[in-house]
Amino acid sequence: MRKLPPLALTGLSLLAGLIVGALALLAAGYNPFAAYATLIAGVFHAPRDWSFVLIRSTPLVLTGLSVAFAFRTGLFNIGAEGQYIMGALGATLFGVFVPLPAVLHIPLTMLAGILCGAAWGAVAGILKSRWGINEVISTIMLNWIALYINNSVVSVEGFRRPHSEASLQILDSARIDWLGAWKTTPEGLAFRESQPLLNDILRTPANAGILVAIVAVILVAFLLEKTVLGYRLRAVGFNKDAAAFSGIAVPRYVVISMALAGALAGLAGGLQVQGVSREVAKLAAMEGNGFDGIAVALIGFSQPWGVFGAALFYGVLKHGGPKLQPALGIPMEIIQIIMGSVIFFLALPGIWQTLANTWRSWRGNRVRSSR
Amino acid sequence: MEIVFVLLDDLAFLIGVTLLYSSPLIFTGLGGVVTESTGVVNIGLEGMMTLGAFAAASVAYYTADPWLGFLAGGVAGGLLALLHALATVRFGADHIISGIAVNFLGPGLALFVSRLIFNGATQTLTVPNKIPKLFDGVFPSKSFFDLILKQDATVYIALVLVVVVWFVLYRTVLGLRLRSVGEHPLAADTLGLSVERLKTYGVVASGVLAGWGGAAMSIAVVARFSPGLISGQGFIALAAMIFGKWTPHGTLAACLFFGLAKGLEVYLGTRFPIPGTLLAMLPYILTILVLVGFVGKARPPRAVGQPFLKERHS
Repeated sequence: MRKLPPLALTGLSLLAGLIVGALALLAAGYNPFAAYATLIAGVFHAPRDWSFVLIRSTPLVLTGLSVAFAFRTGLFNIGAEGQYIMGALGATLFGVFVPLPAVLHIPLTMLAGILCGAAWGAVAGILKSRWGINEVISTIMLNWIALYINNSVVSVEGFRRPHSEASLQILDSARIDWLGAWKTTPEGLAFRESQPLLNDILRTPANAGILVAIVAVILVAFLLEKTVLGYRLRAVGFNKDAAAFSGIAVPRYVVISMALAGALAGLAGGLQVQGVSREVAKLAAMEGNGFDGIAVALIGFSQPWGVFGAALFYGVLKHGGPKLQPALGIPMEIIQIIMGSVIFFLALPGIWQTLANTWRSWRGNRVRSSR
Repeated sequence: MEIVFVLLDDLAFLIGVTLLYSSPLIFTGLGGVVTESTGVVNIGLEGMMTLGAFAAASVAYYTADPWLGFLAGGVAGGLLALLHALATVRFGADHIISGIAVNFLGPGLALFVSRLIFNGATQTLTVPNKIPKLFDGVFPSKSFFDLILKQDATVYIALVLVVVVWFVLYRTVLGLRLRSVGEHPLAADTLGLSVERLKTYGVVASGVLAGWGGAAMSIAVVARFSPGLISGQGFIALAAMIFGKWTPHGTLAACLFFGLAKGLEVYLGTRFPIPGTLLAMLPYILTILVLVGFVGKARPPRAVGQPFLKERHS
């Protein structure tokens, strides 16, 4: 029996997920066609919508890359969530307390996010390589520890913004939103008046994050496919014992892999602070950036550009979803149901293989009997 | 003499609060024990708990009967678990990926349906009748025994279930079979047991228990479902199962301990916010330490997380 190609599996799973979503809408008494049309129309409505899709996709590209990278090296990084939190926290601390000229402040704030995420990822890597603790369990725990570290640090006097549940805002020199501080000055407002299209985009927190994310996609693809390090990391992921036998120090590569995965998720958190939120807040629950990254990595089949495409797809759903409520009264949680179903179908290669085999044998019989 | 009574009352209060916060964890933690005993990892407990909490609160609201709500919570959790069982046991899906899908689907469904039947709101209305309390009015109000023993019936059900699960797993033929498919499915298969069916029992039971855990939260600890109600308790229960070394009695002890941490967090929280958050992360840190082996070695069932597809072996 021929195996299904990954792209077919992804396509079928996406389709099946959208069908489950449609069935849920039907069961709730809505017209699924109208819903999906509104979703798509909502994304192409105005320039600011494209901008919002990119803004929402940026962290997804990076947390997706984080999970995908770990997957390719044989690790399951459930911890992108916590690494994202640590990255956001590190970037905020650096952005608030270290005054530097923008040309240094912007990259170093990113680096702070990257390093904090990498350190948090490395903890899981060390726990695995030194004590053999499954990274799924350890990263679930580390996610919650990160959340409470964030909440402790945010509530420290001097970092907490008075009368709020959030931190101080980062300095303007660390911001990466286009024309960030300038766009609300009198000159900026006058300029925007004269440029309606640009103005529409500048109404969103449009930022350079997506460019950084694209660079990260290229770097990860290059690292995995064209370097010795990437080759060794993949070898460890493909067959740990064979890798060890051929002289690769497996434990060290496990730590490196988790640290790099953490770096990507940490960068996602940092960019979100620099480009959009400018602060971190006390978290009552997980925001889901890391868990969404798992979905993105699975849909993107752990290929860097596949991850990029999947993140854009999810970005579209995330931006279009909330528009369903005012337009049609449809709860936006339909997006979560669709994504959950897609992941579920992706987890079931067996079902598609069975269907494909049945289809082939049925078609084969028909061809034979018609002869 | 006066000071001793105050201390005793504080102690009783703390024990009472510990039991209160432990009960949802005990249900769900037992679910974790049952499913992992049969070798299926279930990180979807969080999603099952959330859906169970919502189902319980909405049924209890519309029927005004908390016990119907409690049943509905178990059914909802069990149905979601059936999906997980279908994927992992029948089709050999990766347990973690399927669990993640469940964690998207559970809260997604809960909030979707909530908006439909509660007029666009993601939280249900307050249920008219909560789960009743036992030993209500037996002891003088706020006395030592009143503070400890006057608890929601779900607290007592959770404690009884610990004994039941322990008895079934270690003292019955069914329990031996359930554990055997978690330790060595091929051997169990060779002896003519249906590995698929036994694993499915384990997973569905874990969903029912997680659903009850959610119900214990939404119609006993509080009186409504809201989006942040469960936030992480399914994962704490998972941690408790590991901390309790995959046994029902160990899990009970871990849940009580984590419940105490939560109780202390509430007790101290308003006065000292930072120790509060440190206490909140304690369960997770301890779980890692247990796995490292600093607090005694823990061993999961041997075949946990591995798919067992019969045709591959025949």
